[in-house]
Amino acid sequence: MQSLGIDVLFKGKNFIRLMGGLWVAVRISLISVVISIVLGLLIGMLMTSGNKILKAVFRIYLEIVRIMPQMVLLFLVYFGTTRVFGWDLEAETSAIFVFSFWGTAEMADLVRGALISIPSIQYESARALGMKESQVFLLVILPQAVRRLIPLSINLITRMIKTTSLVMMIGIVEVLKVAQQIIEANRKASPNAAFGLFGTVFLLYFIICWPVSRLAAYLEKRWA
Amino acid sequence: MNVEVMREYLPLYWRALLLTLKVGWIGVLLAFLFGLICAVTIHLGIPVLRRLFKIYIELFRNTPLLVQLFFMYFALPKIGIRISPEVCGSLGLGLLGGAYMAETFRSGLEGIPAIQEESAASLGMNRLQIFCYVILPQTISVSIPGILANVIFLLKETSVFSVISLMDLMFTAKDLIGMYAKTIECLTLLVIFYLIMLLPVSILGSWLERRVRYAEFGD
Repeated sequence: MQSLGIDVLFKGKNFIRLMGGLWVAVRISLISVVISIVLGLLIGMLMTSGNKILKAVFRIYLEIVRIMPQMVLLFLVYFGTTRVFGWDLEAETSAIFVFSFWGTAEMADLVRGALISIPSIQYESARALGMKESQVFLLVILPQAVRRLIPLSINLITRMIKTTSLVMMIGIVEVLKVAQQIIEANRKASPNAAFGLFGTVFLLYFIICWPVSRLAAYLEKRWA
Repeated sequence: MNVEVMREYLPLYWRALLLTLKVGWIGVLLAFLFGLICAVTIHLGIPVLRRLFKIYIELFRNTPLLVQLFFMYFALPKIGIRISPEVCGSLGLGLLGGAYMAETFRSGLEGIPAIQEESAASLGMNRLQIFCYVILPQTISVSIPGILANVIFLLKETSVFSVISLMDLMFTAKDLIGMYAKTIECLTLLVIFYLIMLLPVSILGSWLERRVRYAEFGD
């Protein structure tokens, strides 16, 4: 049995390149997460305001995001906009756009769910104490909703990180692509490098996502 | 937009849809099976298997399908395990889905009140009977919304199959764009075909969810 590519992993700058690729993926997902959380909070609050038109629009938006694979959305934005509008979007910009578009819908739905899960007695009691509407929302409802929201939004972060692996399909050189390049470069010297490198990528994703999802599970249990 | 071109591409897309559906639904069935086996094993507390299945669930829930498929399709042959793209697609989807389904079933199992088990035991049922006739049917019925959400998620994930050169919808679209550069037509067809594939499941999902919620009122 020949070596399975562990030597290739530590040859030259290979490992540092791999980490660089990982950082590209994580950076895209972190930027998208921040945008999604901010916009999702806003849209989620608007959703509970009870405007019928807003509700209908949001349902369609959410349904589109739920049904269309993120890969299709990526293709639509990256290849479609160039053709239709003549925009020359960079791959990373379109990836961030797509993931924020997707994340915002998911986040808004979480916010909506958290807000309507607060029993109406909370609203009524706060009003009975003579609070203004803004006070009711900021001092009573929001703190309770945020507690329910945090574990769920942490879960969204891991989903986002996992989904960013798709960006290699529109030509962004992230961790999987770097692994592929390293394997190609060492095809002669170490034909079995694919095992070690793809195995490493698998573990890298696990090492990043696992603690985050454990944290979410812990918080969910503790704050439930 | 050129409708003539789209009509010309239609057979290719149909073929791709059928393949995607075949590989996808086999994957979903496997996921259901794996999930059930894991959840039951963990619930019954079978010593070594329990530990193993928990590791499997954590591993597959915390890594992307794309990376899993790359590993199964490109890395495993290096240690002598070679599988065809279709088997790899179904199995990969099954393994990913199994981890998610297991969590769904597990929370379903936890939701069954202890009185159910105690009542069944007092009727003289043995452990196997209690599990098969009392606990399992209830678990599956309360898990239905979760299961359907997983099914939609899994069918969406089939879009990454193109990386293991399975000629699915994504692969067909990419291929045609590469050859004839009819980007708009190809992308429109892609969207339409994913709608054909996923809209019925999504509608069924929200209908069933409402039904399940009605069922709860009788409690």
